[in-house]
Amino acid sequence: MAKAVLMQGNEAAVEGALAAGMRFFAGYPITPSTEIAEKCALRLPQVGGKFIQMEDELSSMAAILGASAAGYKTMTATSGPGFSLMQENLGYGMMAEIPCVIVNVQRAGPSTGLPTSPSQGDYMQARWGTHGDHPVIAFSPSSVLETYTLIIRAFNLSEKYRTPVIFLMDEIVGHMREGVVLPDPNKLKINPRKTSFHDGAHKKCYYVPEGAFVPSMKPFGQGERYNVTGLVHDESGFPVNNSAIADKLISRLLSKIDDHVDDIVRVEEYQMEDADTAIVCFGGTARAAMDAIEAARAQGMRVGMFRPITVWPFPEKPLKARLPQLKRILMVEHNHGQMLLEVRRAVSGAVPVDFLGRIDGTVISPAEILANLNEKEAN
Amino acid sequence: MPSDLIHEYMRIDHLPQIWCAGCGNGVIMRDVAVAIDQLLKDEEYDFDRDDFVIVSGIGCSSRAAGYLDFNSIHTTHGRAIAFATGIKFANPKLKVIVLTGDGDCSAIGGNHLIHAARRNLGLTVICFNNHIYGMTGGQYSPTTPNGDVAATAPYGNVDRPFDIALLATGAGASFSARGDVFHARETTEIIRKAILHDGFSLVDVYSICPTSYGRQNHKGSAVDMLQWQKENLIPTAQFHAMSEQARAGKKEIGILAFNDYPEYTDEYAKVIEACRKQTGGKGRN
Repeated sequence: MAKAVLMQGNEAAVEGALAAGMRFFAGYPITPSTEIAEKCALRLPQVGGKFIQMEDELSSMAAILGASAAGYKTMTATSGPGFSLMQENLGYGMMAEIPCVIVNVQRAGPSTGLPTSPSQGDYMQARWGTHGDHPVIAFSPSSVLETYTLIIRAFNLSEKYRTPVIFLMDEIVGHMREGVVLPDPNKLKINPRKTSFHDGAHKKCYYVPEGAFVPSMKPFGQGERYNVTGLVHDESGFPVNNSAIADKLISRLLSKIDDHVDDIVRVEEYQMEDADTAIVCFGGTARAAMDAIEAARAQGMRVGMFRPITVWPFPEKPLKARLPQLKRILMVEHNHGQMLLEVRRAVSGAVPVDFLGRIDGTVISPAEILANLNEKEAN
Repeated sequence: MPSDLIHEYMRIDHLPQIWCAGCGNGVIMRDVAVAIDQLLKDEEYDFDRDDFVIVSGIGCSSRAAGYLDFNSIHTTHGRAIAFATGIKFANPKLKVIVLTGDGDCSAIGGNHLIHAARRNLGLTVICFNNHIYGMTGGQYSPTTPNGDVAATAPYGNVDRPFDIALLATGAGASFSARGDVFHARETTEIIRKAILHDGFSLVDVYSICPTSYGRQNHKGSAVDMLQWQKENLIPTAQFHAMSEQARAGKKEIGILAFNDYPEYTDEYAKVIEACRKQTGGKGRN
């Protein structure tokens, strides 16, 4: 039987990434994500991979895009202020369709905020941080083991959809230590990069064949001389100033995610079968929510948890499917009400949606959630 | 023969280029193509054309990446060197050439320039230095001479300028050089040596921008601006033969710093080798 190991979330992110085939990391130290860079510096050369500490987060993001264009599975890790600095190049990765994974271990903001304190205040930034209309896939783990397995999925979908994937952790999970039994690496499903659609007859590196939804150019140096740009480009990868081509490109970038939401979206539903009240939460907040649910059920309340694992695109369909049985939704998150906006949009007034949040850098306790549930019950 | 060069190394479908009449950038792009051509045809070296990667940032200079028929990536403003760092470190066998401008590499991207120089990662950075922000219409850059007029310095530029070749030297570049458009042959040879250099190399090539810089500052035609380069930018041997007095107001064209420092990817390969030995030849996945 596999042995349990004691590990923190940040370490699990590294081990999961390595299992997914990540062999290039560029980053800049920032609390509370720094252990990820430290562990990459230690582990990558052991497996023939590369680690580089860049001069800032702008260049870290640029370096992982460059290395990915050269054929590597790449990753960077940061926290709020660094994530802000990465936004322009993140958009470049989306536009140029370069796979990579960006870990943001959220801390309390805005600005320098509370560097060592937990928060989930970058939820909307993960969706809308970079400029322009763009596709986003973002995942948020709630345990150390899930950090390991979910980051593998982040790499897989990054390759499948040829887009940067945001791995939205929080300080709670990043620094939490748990005993975990890691899955057998031989049984993991790992997506390699597709580089085989070309017939070599033309140089249209951004050509998308019938039935596919992403292009599949070879890495630099493997015999296809093509151009990559952040400008609006045609199928050959060259900039054009043509509204029809611009519309076609941006529409495809958006629809490659929008048309595959069911493939991308994952949720955890805990004690939802008979629930008339759903706590919606994500990431580390789920730990307090599950404790509160146990206590509430002991008091006879029928409460369950609906947890988006895929936080972008927001899991609208599975949430709507639960609405007929619900009398109330309580959104619990470590911010001033960000996912709340998505939940209210999805629910469209069908069920009252209440909110319990925190912006003071402390953790929401099970007792607080229970108190909120009791208060409503009493009314 | 220039025309042969165009057919061999330029993306004909994407020409003519967007640069203004009289711009020096086409000459620098040609110098780069000639230098690569010489290396590919030189029997002493075993270069593969597909191993060349052209990386550019944003600005007039950076459109050159789209015209040169190699692997090319036109990145974000200021970050070309950082993207290039990822490409080169991932695959050290690639010959990575960064085409950038004075604003791109010494203002918004200045931090990446000095750190790449310090690391001595084997990139070749060619700065198309036109001393102005040309594409946005003539605002002053970090190399615009003090007192010159720019769209954002209507009363004269108060800033003191960078000398990019000296900046790179100060940051520890193992190869730092200056070239210009007038001395195309000398500059091509400098670029060829820069590409061959095992480590970080920078060539600050003075371009001419009659439209966005020259016009505001009454520098005359493109020919007048080239004449200025001929008289004031002096190849190394000639420069060193001149008296201190004669050198006043003139600058040297040539290799200004050349050092044999350990190259970054070579050094990291040693780290990997040592780790592999420690872990018995195979790392745990």
